[in-house]
Amino acid sequence: MKKKIADSLRKRFYWELSPLDEDMIASLSEKPHELTRSSNEALEVLEDVREVRVQRAQEQEQEMYRQIHRWSHASGVKIIRSMYRVLAAVTCLGIVFFLLWTVNTLPPFGEPENPYNNEVFARYVEWGPDETGAVNMVTGMILDYRAFDTFGEASVLFVAACSVLFLLKLHDHKDGKPTKTWLEAEYDDRFHEPKNDQILQFAAKLMVPVVLLFGFYVILNGHITPGGGFSGGAIMGAGLILYLNAYGFKKTERFFTYRTFQWITFGSLLTYAGLKSYSFYTGANHLESFVSPGTPGNILSAGFILPLNLCVGLVVMCTMYVFYTLIRKGGV
Amino acid sequence: MNGLLDSLWRHFDVTVAILLFGIGFTTLLLHTNLIKKIIGLNIMETATFLFLTSQGYIANRAAPILMEGTRAVSGYVNPIPSGLVLTGIVVSVSVTAVMLALTIRLYRRYHTLDIDSMTLMMKGEDE
Repeated sequence: MKKKIADSLRKRFYWELSPLDEDMIASLSEKPHELTRSSNEALEVLEDVREVRVQRAQEQEQEMYRQIHRWSHASGVKIIRSMYRVLAAVTCLGIVFFLLWTVNTLPPFGEPENPYNNEVFARYVEWGPDETGAVNMVTGMILDYRAFDTFGEASVLFVAACSVLFLLKLHDHKDGKPTKTWLEAEYDDRFHEPKNDQILQFAAKLMVPVVLLFGFYVILNGHITPGGGFSGGAIMGAGLILYLNAYGFKKTERFFTYRTFQWITFGSLLTYAGLKSYSFYTGANHLESFVSPGTPGNILSAGFILPLNLCVGLVVMCTMYVFYTLIRKGGV
Repeated sequence: MNGLLDSLWRHFDVTVAILLFGIGFTTLLLHTNLIKKIIGLNIMETATFLFLTSQGYIANRAAPILMEGTRAVSGYVNPIPSGLVLTGIVVSVSVTAVMLALTIRLYRRYHTLDIDSMTLMMKGEDE
């Protein structure tokens, strides 16, 4: 009887019998208890036997689940991780080889006849200095022909500074008292950062004025020499960060607070937008621009490029400084 | 094969840019540390900038800053890729700053930079 059931199960499902199956087969093949004397005692014994069987089956099931869980946590994670690594390496190598394969179809390096040295490039070089008044053609391009695009760039920087502020600024309570996290961050900063470092302070005393002046020079000469608002602003921001590192927040707060950042960035962006909106009314649609480009090469030439450069430089400087202070301690 | 190597040597600027791109992409995919992932993304951006600027170069010509006497087009390199790369650098700086800020927030919450253990902790929070 027992063998017959087992064979039929094997035939139907083609699997090896587990202890659970064997248990089931045993219970099926058992002859029913003869309840000659239909007493309560016999019924109770039957109930007990059933309970014990159910319990055993449940334990076995749980053990099975536990084994599966253990496997997925130990070797399963390992297998998936190694598969991910292999797939990632294959993807990277595939992309690199595909790109290297396409190199052959590119035009040669540094030839004047290449397709991207077309009439746009010729126009910028030929007419740029006369139309914009900027000796540096890159500056003339990005702050006159494509000034609206540069306005977008400055706005991207402003928006990035705002999102970093949202993410990292440790706020005060509503009644103006500082929160616990803010106090902890403040303590961490004062405890871990070097304070009154003689070497750093002496170096900063020598360097900071030079760095700030050089940054300002790069911004002001953006239309004459290499440079401009972005590079000069980055230099000035670096100077401010050096000063902050040497002398600490107490001294920088005298001239640069959260309010300064707000007003400088807001004012610069507004000035930029106002100055650049003239190109919507003049220059386009065959209207003559009322701003003369001046003599190329003079510091006061090139129309509005100089003030636009100044605006961009101030925005970049403030953004760099605010990125640094927010990431360092969560406040400006 | 010889032809491929030859073309790679002729376009060595593009080859270097592609290899840098591959290094950055591999770093981005294979590391579980968030800071290393950000570094990988920055390497990829640098590779793109290198590719763009090298396309604007023309041999034996001056930078696009007007010199005394030379106003001809044949005297200068192409200024357009430089302007495009300027835009790219600004966007890359902004994106890096936002990514670092998000990483700091995650570190404050989970006290780890490893993205796998972070995901496990997040799953534990859901249950």
